[in-house]
Amino acid sequence: MGAGHSHRLYRHGHSPVHALPPHTKLAAVLAFVIVVVSTPREAMWAFAAYAVLLGVVAYAARVPAGFLLKRLLIEVPFVAFAVLLPFVAEGERVDVLGLSLSVNGLWGAWNVLAKGTLGVAASVLLAATTELRELLHGLQRLKLPPLLVQIASFMVRYGDVITDEMRRMRIARESRGFEARGIRHWGVLAKSAGALFIRSYERGERVHLAMVSRGYTGVMPVIDDVAASRAQWSYALTLPCAALVVCLLGWTL
Amino acid sequence: MDPVSTASLEVSGLAFAYPDGHQALFGVDFTIGRGERVALLGPNGAGKTTLVLHLNGILTGGAGTVRVAGLEVGKRNMAEIRRRVGIVFQDPDDQLFMPTVREDVAFGPAAAGLKGAELEARVDRALERVGMAEFKDRPPHHLSFGQRRRVAVATVLAMEPEILVLDEPSSNLDPASRRELADILRSLDVTVLMVTHDLPYALELCPRSLVLSDGVIAADGPTGDLLADDALMRAHRLELPYGFDPRSVPAPPARG
Repeated sequence: MGAGHSHRLYRHGHSPVHALPPHTKLAAVLAFVIVVVSTPREAMWAFAAYAVLLGVVAYAARVPAGFLLKRLLIEVPFVAFAVLLPFVAEGERVDVLGLSLSVNGLWGAWNVLAKGTLGVAASVLLAATTELRELLHGLQRLKLPPLLVQIASFMVRYGDVITDEMRRMRIARESRGFEARGIRHWGVLAKSAGALFIRSYERGERVHLAMVSRGYTGVMPVIDDVAASRAQWSYALTLPCAALVVCLLGWTL
Repeated sequence: MDPVSTASLEVSGLAFAYPDGHQALFGVDFTIGRGERVALLGPNGAGKTTLVLHLNGILTGGAGTVRVAGLEVGKRNMAEIRRRVGIVFQDPDDQLFMPTVREDVAFGPAAAGLKGAELEARVDRALERVGMAEFKDRPPHHLSFGQRRRVAVATVLAMEPEILVLDEPSSNLDPASRRELADILRSLDVTVLMVTHDLPYALELCPRSLVLSDGVIAADGPTGDLLADDALMRAHRLELPYGFDPRSVPAPPARG
């Protein structure tokens, strides 16, 4: 997490989408996903319309299609389940290329695939246009419990430090001729994990000490107050509102 | 103003035992005048860290008192004490806990209630003083160790402390970073208490030294004199690096 000047998912840019305050973008993506999920699966044209909407956002954010599609691959393991559905589901069956498939299963697979892909695409767009720490500011702004936001932000800050510590421990083990082969070595690995936990715990205590020394009393001070204007809110909420219109049409038509 | 007439730090009769019964401090007395740079020397286990944690009230409950610019360390004025006493811990990764340098330096003043342009100006000034202004928006883990240590000093300077307390400031620094840090410390116009094993560094930066040994102040005097006192040094497990003779070192440069 948090490697490089910014996260791998982030794409540096100065588009109008990048410039939106993070909490408006978070709210917009959440609302969009809820609208997509509540669309009836039979309204196939509605999903095409959603995809077009996301395409417009990607164009406005100047995120190239290749970048977006490559990052959509993360969805593949989850979609594997959807592919199985037509084979295992019960009910009326239909023959496709000599295979007997369940009609219900086909609809189910389509449902998972379409909604999942749209949700992931929206999240990838969010991640591509918003830096990780800005997202955290956004969550804080959206009144997520401060403790959760603090835990997440420490994860971002110390992920690399702890990975590095883990790497040094591995090098120390290997320098003394240790190679993890088979079950007999699991004990050693478990002890390393325990040692890593204790080291991280002690680091946590030292960090807390440093925080208390600088006046921490349980609440993170507000350093960047990201306020959103009415115009920014309405700009960000254009996406879910347009999606809502499509969704309502999907139910009525 | 005569720098010694007002004391930045007064410690008197400070004694402390940990809850497990281990007694770390047995009555420590000393005073540091405003603007002085003092080194606190002592072998491992002498109680240096325990003493440091008393200076801003992280540890309390023993006998004796600590006063920072006249204000007694205690529950009632803890926020003010922590603003006045800036501790730079040994591992900058512990000290720098925010996602960017800027937010980290802003943490202390923001916790004290500073906002907006005033906060920004404070951050800029602190980073300027340690020569790290151009690294403002970098995440701390992408800086070199020496740069991280300098940012750690800035996080504390941003609180405009009465006294700067440095725990092993030269540890893990390469000679160039070590010299750069010395130049920065020399240029600062604050009272400094430097806890260190690095005796040449103490001699270079601090005209006066305290030796803490077995929980008491065993010696207090000009750094050059203490380091030249072989019997004293041996008695408290303090050793100079091979070939280093404090008597042959030219007088330290004057305050910049």
